[in-house]
Amino acid sequence: MPPVKHVVKHGTFIDDEWLAVGDEDAVPGEGAVTVSFGRWQTEREALAGRNGPLGLRLPADADPAAIRADLDRFELIVLDFPKFNDGRAFSQARMIRQRFGFAGEIRATGHVIRDLLLFMARCGFDSFELAPERTIDDWRAAMREFSVWYQPAADARVPATELRHRAMAAE
Amino acid sequence: MYRYDAIDQRLVDERAAQFREQVRRRMAGELSDLEFKPLRLMNGLYLQLHAYMLRIAVPYGTLSSAQMRVLATIGRKYDKDYGHFTTRQNIQFNWIKLEDAPDILDDLAAVEMHAIQTSGNCIRNVTADQYAGVAAGEIEDPRIYAEIIRQWSTLHPEFSFLPRKFKIAVTGVFPDRAAVKTHDIGLFIRRNGKGEVGFEVLAGGGQGRTPMMAQTVRDFVPKAELLAYLESVMRIYNLMGRRDNIYKARIKILVHSLGIDKFRALVEEDYAATRDSGSPLPAAEIARIAAYFAPPAYERIETPVRAFEAARFEDRDFARWVTHNVVAHKQPGYAIAVISLKPEGGVPGDATSDQMDRIADFADRYSFGEVRVTHEQNLVMPNVKQADLHALWRELAAHGLATPNLGLITDIIACPGLDYCALANARSIPIAQRIQERFMDRDRQALIGELKIKISGCINACGHHHVGHIGILGVDKQGEEFYQITLGGSADENASVGKILGKGFPAEAVPDAIEKLVDTYLDLRADGEPFLDTYRRVGIEPFKEKVYAAG
Repeated sequence: MPPVKHVVKHGTFIDDEWLAVGDEDAVPGEGAVTVSFGRWQTEREALAGRNGPLGLRLPADADPAAIRADLDRFELIVLDFPKFNDGRAFSQARMIRQRFGFAGEIRATGHVIRDLLLFMARCGFDSFELAPERTIDDWRAAMREFSVWYQPAADARVPATELRHRAMAAE
Repeated sequence: MYRYDAIDQRLVDERAAQFREQVRRRMAGELSDLEFKPLRLMNGLYLQLHAYMLRIAVPYGTLSSAQMRVLATIGRKYDKDYGHFTTRQNIQFNWIKLEDAPDILDDLAAVEMHAIQTSGNCIRNVTADQYAGVAAGEIEDPRIYAEIIRQWSTLHPEFSFLPRKFKIAVTGVFPDRAAVKTHDIGLFIRRNGKGEVGFEVLAGGGQGRTPMMAQTVRDFVPKAELLAYLESVMRIYNLMGRRDNIYKARIKILVHSLGIDKFRALVEEDYAATRDSGSPLPAAEIARIAAYFAPPAYERIETPVRAFEAARFEDRDFARWVTHNVVAHKQPGYAIAVISLKPEGGVPGDATSDQMDRIADFADRYSFGEVRVTHEQNLVMPNVKQADLHALWRELAAHGLATPNLGLITDIIACPGLDYCALANARSIPIAQRIQERFMDRDRQALIGELKIKISGCINACGHHHVGHIGILGVDKQGEEFYQITLGGSADENASVGKILGKGFPAEAVPDAIEKLVDTYLDLRADGEPFLDTYRRVGIEPFKEKVYAAG
């Protein structure tokens, strides 16, 4: 049995439907599965033809452009934080959303610490694999730490410049 | 000066509250030292050799008198009555207790200051020409764009965990006083053929153990596109910069290994697809920020100013200070006065709390309440009436702040070195002091003329030794402090990296070696030729021969 994942999405813990299939394991014919980048590259046709939602686990050192043409095959992209201070997945997420227009779910895995969550949410991550000891209160506290931002990003938070000039236009 | 609106203030208040909670968790044992480390670093709190050091951001080096007074109070209340101005135009306090840090951040927030991103692998305090807005010939005031970049880079969700620290500098005028080419991203404000103002964007400069000069990524980026373009540069670096070796993690290594053409192609490819969804920079926002940097209410003054010319004629010491420390102002009858923090035998960049309070008072009386910090670790009164210079000088002199040595051999940049820093291999401050003592004679300093000595206590090059006309690098040689000398570095628009003279010297031999270099220069120089020009004309050999000659 793989360890139970502790996934938060839309502000609440969810029962995770996605099965992470190892590179040596058989891929079940049905149900939602994620596969590694390597497996996708070698078994592309078979995976694309199966019946059920497909997710991709993209390592931090992969160039997102390598999956650009395949993005509509995936419902989920899992991006990895090998260490909390390895911020490549922030840019991978931005590139996949902003530049390649991916509309599916982006999930954060790896060393996902509380102090990164707000940045991740802003960069377009929808779901987060948290350490088992984290509670939903930790999540909520993290989301509340800052209420103002200077940059537009992949989320709906309105940046300072827009707030200012809306206010000025209303005067 | 820029003033916070409710949004700016709220962010800084929320940051201070967040840090107070993090310190509480640490003190309660809920956070280990290891977990706490990155959190405190993001608020400028380092653990040094003897205590915590707090580095406070002074965005593009600009301080109000009220802010300067709070810095004086912090020195008095939480440190040993002094602070240290740095080569990043910031200030650091060296003797801070962890439990006091949240209160200090609250005190700072009350005067629109913070310590956000003064360390860590993120976009650091943005720097600019210290004479911005007051020097003649500027295309536009770089402080406007430095403030815009300060805001844009603060808590940037995508770029807060980069491969390594990231430094941006802006200037709007030649000569380049902001050392733009030694930065990760350098910005020259430019006017294009159509008369529009925008930016030449350079990337890949840096010092450290592999000094490199930044190269041009794009000749001209229009104002409205500045932030979106910077995001594409940052994105390529964040994705492709090395993370396996901290000595190869700066953007300069990436630009160098890809080559500037390949790097540029990647940036442009990303930018072509993201220019409309990146951070916009509307003209209304530029105008809102520019209004804060409008010139103060200058008086119309007839020149020459008689009282000033007379004082100069009658008071030789004042005249000397004017010659070296007063810079031409764009407004007739005004002057830029530089306060040297390099008294001979002192600690480069240090100011006592009492001095900071006095400087705040002088700024109110003589300079529209504003002070600037330079990357050469001095302070600037940007707007002084020529008629007030003599009075200001007398007051400065009474507080040990009138050393007439700007740009001279005793105006030395030095990092904190082994007296404070956990990374250092050797001491820097005592070396600076010994050299200053050797060249104490002010007539001799004036005779030698412009000569920039820069000292780093280790290869990380915080003392900018690579770009010193004479650079001094402390190294550890089997447990002994040794000093390697380089010649011919420069940080201006013709930037160059210094060349190693030869084998290193023990600390006590450094002043003799410097003296021999200076004597060689005086022998060889043509009329009025500064050190750097002589070096560039004759090369390193004559200096080498003299310094290493037997006996």
